[in-house]
Amino acid sequence: MAIRDYMTVRDIVGPLLLVRQVEGAKYGELVEVEFPDGTVGFGNVLEVSEDRVLIQSFEGTRGLDIGSTRVRFRGRGLELAVSRDMLGRVFDGLGRPIDDGPEIIPDERLDVNGNPINPYARDYPSDFIQTGISAIDGLNPLVRGQKLPIFSGAGLPHSELAAQIARQSSVLGREEEFAVVFAAMGITFEDADFFVQEFRSAASIERSVLFMNLADDPAVERISTPRVALTAAEYLAFELGMHVLVILTDMTYYCEALREVSAARKEVPGRRGYPGYLYTDLATLYERAGRIIGEKGSITQIPILSMPEDDKTHPIPDLTGYITEGQIILSRDLHRKGVYPPIDVLPSLSRLKEKGIGEGRTREDHSNLSNQLFSAYARGKEAKELAVILGEAALTEEDKLFAAFSGEFEDRFIRQGEQENRTIEDTLALGWELLKMLPRGALKRVRQEQIQKYMK
Amino acid sequence: MADDDLAGEIVRVAGPLVVARGLPAPKMYDLVRVGAQGLMGEVIELRAEDASIQVYEETGGLGPGDPVYTTGGALSVELGPGLLESIYDGVQRPLNLLREMEGNFITRGTDMPALSRERDWEFVPVVKEGDEVQPGDLLGTIQETPVIEHRVLLPPGVKPGRVQSIRSGALKITDVVAVVGDGEAATEVTLLQRWPVRRARPFKHKYAPTDPLTTGQRVIDTFFPVAKGGTACIPGPFGSGKTVVQHQIAKWADADVILFVGCGERGNEMTEVLLEFPQLTDPYSGHPLMKRTVLIANTSNMPVAAREASVYTGLTIAEYYRDMGYNVALQADSTSRWAEALREIGARLEEMPGEEGYPAYLGSRLASFYERAGLVSCLGSKECSGSVTVVGSVSPPGGDLSEPVTQATLRVVKVFWGLEDRLAFMRHFPAINWLVSYSMYLAQVSKKWDEIIDPSFKELRTEAMTLLQREAELEEIVRLIGVEALSAGERLTMEGARSIREDFLHQNAFDEIDTYSSLKKQFLLLRCVITFHREAEKALEAGAEIDDVLASPLRERLADAKFIPEDRLEDFDKLDQAAVKAMEDLVPREERGAVSNL
Ligand SMILES: Nc1ncnc2c1ncn2[C@@H]1O[C@H](COP(=O)(O)OP(=O)(O)O)[C@@H](O)[C@H]1O
Ligand SMILES: [Mg+2]
Repeated sequence: MAIRDYMTVRDIVGPLLLVRQVEGAKYGELVEVEFPDGTVGFGNVLEVSEDRVLIQSFEGTRGLDIGSTRVRFRGRGLELAVSRDMLGRVFDGLGRPIDDGPEIIPDERLDVNGNPINPYARDYPSDFIQTGISAIDGLNPLVRGQKLPIFSGAGLPHSELAAQIARQSSVLGREEEFAVVFAAMGITFEDADFFVQEFRSAASIERSVLFMNLADDPAVERISTPRVALTAAEYLAFELGMHVLVILTDMTYYCEALREVSAARKEVPGRRGYPGYLYTDLATLYERAGRIIGEKGSITQIPILSMPEDDKTHPIPDLTGYITEGQIILSRDLHRKGVYPPIDVLPSLSRLKEKGIGEGRTREDHSNLSNQLFSAYARGKEAKELAVILGEAALTEEDKLFAAFSGEFEDRFIRQGEQENRTIEDTLALGWELLKMLPRGALKRVRQEQIQKYMK
Repeated sequence: MADDDLAGEIVRVAGPLVVARGLPAPKMYDLVRVGAQGLMGEVIELRAEDASIQVYEETGGLGPGDPVYTTGGALSVELGPGLLESIYDGVQRPLNLLREMEGNFITRGTDMPALSRERDWEFVPVVKEGDEVQPGDLLGTIQETPVIEHRVLLPPGVKPGRVQSIRSGALKITDVVAVVGDGEAATEVTLLQRWPVRRARPFKHKYAPTDPLTTGQRVIDTFFPVAKGGTACIPGPFGSGKTVVQHQIAKWADADVILFVGCGERGNEMTEVLLEFPQLTDPYSGHPLMKRTVLIANTSNMPVAAREASVYTGLTIAEYYRDMGYNVALQADSTSRWAEALREIGARLEEMPGEEGYPAYLGSRLASFYERAGLVSCLGSKECSGSVTVVGSVSPPGGDLSEPVTQATLRVVKVFWGLEDRLAFMRHFPAINWLVSYSMYLAQVSKKWDEIIDPSFKELRTEAMTLLQREAELEEIVRLIGVEALSAGERLTMEGARSIREDFLHQNAFDEIDTYSSLKKQFLLLRCVITFHREAEKALEAGAEIDDVLASPLRERLADAKFIPEDRLEDFDKLDQAAVKAMEDLVPREERGAVSNL
C-alpha cells in the first residue's frame, strides 16, 4: 500500500493523536509521526472510523502541535528485522540498534504481535532446569518452556535472583545452544546496567539480545518492547532452534503505560484504573512462552514485576498469576531477616513441576519430599506465629518441633549464597536432613520406603 | 464471496469490534464474513444502517472501506460423528487440521469444516422404510468410538412422517442417510447436522437431578456432591486448584461424554489434556479417556470474541449427545474469562457499564448459560433421558468473592466448591474449604447412597462434618489461650478432625492410586477414619491415656489407607478391626470389663 502523509491532526490528548480526513488507514497500522523539529517517531493505529484515526505515539507528544505535525501511514504493522546477528547486540524498545554496531541485515521482518501458538502444536514442557537454587529446584522447579514470573517489591533482590537463574541454569545432561533475551521496560539505567555487566562478566553477552526502554525513555514505547523482544525470542527459538530464556523487567511499568493510554482514551476502567482488557493483553505476551512439537528450541520466560505496596492482589500480579505457570514470590520479611534469596516458598508455585520432576528426571522422591517440606514448613510457621503471641508453652510438643523446623528450613534450605550453585541431589539431601527434626509419624506426605531410603 | 450484492462496508474498527454499513437485511447474531480474508464475525448490535460485529479473529489490517458479507445464517456448529476426540477453537475450527494447513501458529482467515467430509462411517439402521418417526427418534447407530455409540436421530424441527428410504453401511457425513415424509414434506436427513450455538436444543421435560455424578474426588463426592444434570462452580484465586479439579472431573467422572472448554486459559493446560487423555484408562469403560472427550480450546491469547462463543459451542455439542440419551459433563475453565470477553466487547460497543465495568446483562447471560444444564427427557416417541452437568470455574480478582461474576454465579448454581489459597499454600489439595462449601444436591444424592453404597454413609459424613466444625471452634480457643486449655477429649477431637483432613480430604491428583477413589472406597476410608476416632473416644473414656492414643502406630496405617488400591478394598475391614483392637489394648486392664459392660 502506498505511503500516505497527513497534516490533519485535530486533537492531541496525552500520548494520543486524532487525525482526520485519512483514507485507507488500517487497524494496528504503523505510523510515523514527524515532530515540528524534524525528528520522526513511531506510533500505531488504535482505532479507525470512517475518516478519523486514533493513533498512540510511542515517543509521546511533547512538542507536537496541531498545525504542523505530519503523520505518515506505513501500510503495515510494527515489524522487527531479525537475524542471527542480533545476538550480542543492544536495541531500543522498538528494536532499533543503540550500540555502535551496524544495522541488522534482516533475514526476515516479523510482525511484533506474533500469532498465537496453536494449542495442538504445543509440546508439554517437561525438561527440568537446574537453577542451583534450592527454594526453586527443590520446591518450585522451573522447566523449559515455562513462564514463571518473579513477584517482587521495591528494594528486593529480584534482579540478583533473575541474574543468578540466568547464570546457573542448566538442563541435566544436555549441552545445547541457548540464548538470553532481555527486555527492560521503564527500569533505571542502574538496574539495567546491573544486567548488562552481569551478562558481560558471565561472558554470555554474545549469546544475549538486549532491548532497552529505560525510565527516561518514552513510556508508550514500552508497550511495544516486550512484543519486540518476544518476536526476537521466537525467531531464535523456533527458526534457529535455540533454548531462549526471556527476562522481562519490569512488567509493572509496562502495565502502567497501558493504563496511561487507556485513560487518555477515556475507556471504562477496570480495577484500580487498569483497562478491562489487561488480562487479555498480558496473555498475548506470556503465552508466547513454550515448546512446540518437533521444534528443537524453546522459550522460557521470567517476567519480573514489582507489586505495588507488596500487594499480591493488585491487578498486575493478580492477572499475571492467573496466566503464568506459577510464580516466585519474594518476601520482605525474609529479606529483613537477611535471608537471600528471600523466596516466600508457600505462596510460590510452579505449576509444571509434576511433569518435570520425579523418576528419570530428577529423583523419584522429589515430589513427595517437596510436598512434605511445604506442609511441614506451613505448620511450623503457623506454630511459630502462635508462639509469638502466647509463648512456647501454648504449643504441643509436636508443634514445638515444627516451629524449630521452620526456622532451620529458612536458615539452611532457603538461604544460600548469590554465587552458590547447588545440585539437585544436594538440595534433596538437605531437605531430608532437615526432616529428621520431625517425628516420623507426622510425615504423612512421604512414603515409609522413601524415609528408609533417603533419610540417612 | 465476491458477490457485492451481499456486501456492506466497514466504517469503524476498534479491537475485536467492527462496524459495517449497508449490510443487506442484517439480523442479530447473523454470521458475517469480514474483509478480503473473510474473517468470521457475528452481528451483535444494529443501529439504523450500521451493524456492530464481533470478529472471531484478529482485526489488525482491517479498515474503513473493506467489505463485509452476509451469510444469512447464525453462528452454528456442525454436529455428527467425529466430534469425539476432536479439539476445536471457540468457533469450532479443528485445531489439528488447522495446524496441518498453516503450521504451528494460528494465522487468520483459514476456513475449515469441523467434521471430516472424507471419513466413512458404518451406519446401522434401526428403522425400516415405512416406519413412522418424529424428531428425536432413532434412525440408526454408528460406533463413533469404542465407548460411544453415536445415535443418529431425526433432528428437531423436521416434520414427523414415514421413512421413505433408509441406507446402511459406509456413509460420509454429507450423504443422505434417510428420507422422511412424503412429497412436499419430504426431508433428506444427513449425518451432518447444524445447530445455532446460542439456541438451546429442545427436549420434552426437565427434571430435578437425583443421581450423583461420581467424580472420584473424595471431598466432592462425599462432602459436596454434584448430581448428573446439575450445576457447580469452583471459585478460587490463582493457583488454588480450579483447573486441576476440573481436569480430575473430566478424567474420572462417571459421565458418558466429557466436554472440556478451555475458555481464555493456558495453552499448556489443553496440551496436558491432549497428551494425557489418550494414555489414561477410563475406570468405567476400560478404554482411553480421549474416546469420550471433546475439547474446545480458546486460550487466553486467542481472539477474545471467539472466547465468548466458545462456551456456547461446547454447550451445543453437549446437548447434542444428551439428546442421544447420554450423561454429559461440561467443564468450563474459566467462566470469568468468558465474562471478561463480554465486558471487552460491551465496552467497545460503548454500552453503559454495570458493576466493575461488566455489562448490565452479565447476570442474565450467566443464568441462561447454566440453565442449559439439566436432566431432561429427550425428544422422540420412546422414553429416554439424558443430562448435561455444567461445572464452571470462576477466577475472582484478588480471590475476592464479592466480585460480580462470582456473585452472579452463586445466585444460579447449586454447588459451591470454595477454594482457599491458605489451604493451597499448605499443599492441602483439593484446597476446597469444607466449612464454606455446599451442595444443594446432598439430600437427594445421599438418598441414593443408601441403595448403592451403604445406609450408614450419610451418618458418617455428618459425623465427619461435625468434627470439622468443632475443630474450627477449638482452633479459635487455641489461638486465644493455647493448647493447654483443651481437655483430653477436645484434643482427641482436634486429632480426629486432623485425620479427616489429612487422611480423607487430602487427595493427591498426581498419585497413581490416590487420583481416583470409587464411591465404595470413599465410604470405606471414611468409615476407617471415623471408627478409629470413635474407638479412641471410647478408650479415653475408659481410662486410656491421650498421649498413648495419639502415639498409636495405627495412625500411620490410617495415613496410608488412601493408597489401598481399588482391587484390595477388603483391606479396609482389616484396618477397621485393627483400630478397634488397638484402642481396646490401650484401656487399663482393670477397666476393660467395664467397657464391655457398657
Ligand atoms: N488435587 C491436587 N493434588 C495435587 N496438587 C494439586 C491439586 N490441585 C492443585 N494442585 C497444585 O496446585 C497447582 C495449581 O492448580 P490449578 O488447578 O492450576 O490452579 P488454578 O486453576 O486455580 O489457578 C497445580 O499446578 C498443582 O501443583
Ligand atoms: Mg486454572
